[in-house]
Amino acid sequence: MSIDTFLILEKIILVVIIIAASMGVAAYSTWAERKVAAVMQDRIGPLRAGPFGLLQPLADGGKLFFKEEIVPDNSTKWLFMLAPAMFIFTSLMTSAIIPWGPDFVINGSEGARTVALQVADINIGILYVFGVVSIGVYGIMLGGWASNNKFSLLSAIRAASQAISYELALGLSLIALLMLTGTLSLRTIVEQQHGFWDGNYFTWNFFKQPLGFVIFLVCSFAELNRAPFDMPESESELNMGYHLEYSSMKLGMFLFAEYINMFISSAVLATLFFGGYNFPWMDQVQAAVPSGIFSLICVGVLMAKVVGFILFFMFVRWTLPRFRFDQLLNLGWTKLIPLALFNMLVTGAVILFFFNKK
Amino acid sequence: MESLTNRAQSVDRSPMTFAEKIYIPALMKGLSITLSHIFKKKATINYPEETRPFSPVFRGLHVLNRDEEGREKCTACGLCALACPAEAITMEAAERLPGEEHLYREEKYAAKYEINMLRCIFCGYCEEACPKDAIYLSETVMPANYQRDYFVYKKQDMLLTDEQVKQKRLKLQQKG
Repeated sequence: MSIDTFLILEKIILVVIIIAASMGVAAYSTWAERKVAAVMQDRIGPLRAGPFGLLQPLADGGKLFFKEEIVPDNSTKWLFMLAPAMFIFTSLMTSAIIPWGPDFVINGSEGARTVALQVADINIGILYVFGVVSIGVYGIMLGGWASNNKFSLLSAIRAASQAISYELALGLSLIALLMLTGTLSLRTIVEQQHGFWDGNYFTWNFFKQPLGFVIFLVCSFAELNRAPFDMPESESELNMGYHLEYSSMKLGMFLFAEYINMFISSAVLATLFFGGYNFPWMDQVQAAVPSGIFSLICVGVLMAKVVGFILFFMFVRWTLPRFRFDQLLNLGWTKLIPLALFNMLVTGAVILFFFNKK
Repeated sequence: MESLTNRAQSVDRSPMTFAEKIYIPALMKGLSITLSHIFKKKATINYPEETRPFSPVFRGLHVLNRDEEGREKCTACGLCALACPAEAITMEAAERLPGEEHLYREEKYAAKYEINMLRCIFCGYCEEACPKDAIYLSETVMPANYQRDYFVYKKQDMLLTDEQVKQKRLKLQQKG
């Protein structure tokens, strides 16, 4: 593929749409979180701002913008400013490699043109995700450290150790998946999961790697700093965790980035294990509708899966109490990592003895 | 020592079984509990639009009653002030002059009638003490205010308005 003006234009439009969509989904995740929390506690939830409280995210954002901006006197000022920016930047960066839908064709005056609904199809897709997620820890770490506050620092250290511990199990659980797919490119992984049933077995990776999925899911909870692993934030013990000293929109950016992270990791989960934009009988649908509309349907399917995962994340948050820190590390190092290694072993054995083509 | 309530339960300190260690059964149980709560009836009452109904014996702000011709019922006998455990009621009596028969039902009336709502405990003893049904506790909650003076309710603050008297008369006519 050659780089021309249209390609750049196309990518810029895609990037803008994806970032706007991430922001929108993140904003409405805050609304959804309140609603989910409310219905689980036999309440109604936000109701006053707009119909069904739908303008609540705007009201919250407006409130945060008008709050007093406080920078602690003894903080490292530029790091203090950098941390939330870095956090939100890394959380948005992951969205670049997610294939949002299949290619579609535009028939222009200069001939047909294929448009990919993915910003960058890089062949090390999953490694890129891990790399960016690891950088995300720096945002938390810098935020906690630059505040020059003991509680912030403690919670940032907690967050960092938690993220590093669970990244291991996260990576190991994916290795088993990568053994099956034989590629790191998310686009290829999604194409391998075409449809739902290939005549012999389910195509979605969830049905081939259920244990890997469970481990990956648990680790994503930890990576997202969400309950039951919301140790870094832990309102009750560490006040507000690493963003204790933050106020105004800087705090908002931390909170917002967490929701963007949730959105992106839901998309990654859906892409890796639940077939991305694939859905049952997609071949019949593809034959029936034009390519552009088919792509839109696929994007809708992926978004439905993503919303499902987001709701599941919230569901779990409002059900489970927080783990103690020793329980958290215990679970990560002595349960999930051996389990992931076991999963890897079994997958390898199965591939070797049953699917060895040579 | 003998147990006082018989409600004490011994705590199981045995080590966790495998099923408990992997958390999954407990987790599923928790998720099913929250799931069932999604479909339960919500406890919320949208306050300004909806209000919780008061109990029939609710004791709110005082009302000084007037009869169906709009005459004040109170004769300033002082029984309410005597019954009041908080000593919130102050009154001064006056004699009804000729030509005031349409204002006061009896020959004696309360020229001044004040209740200090900051002292009042809304026990309703004034209502029980009144021989003329002149004072009763309504279903209105006392509004808040920044000034203490506001809470000393004068006679005019508590008397039924002309409009309310009219409605009362209508209700009586409808009854027969």
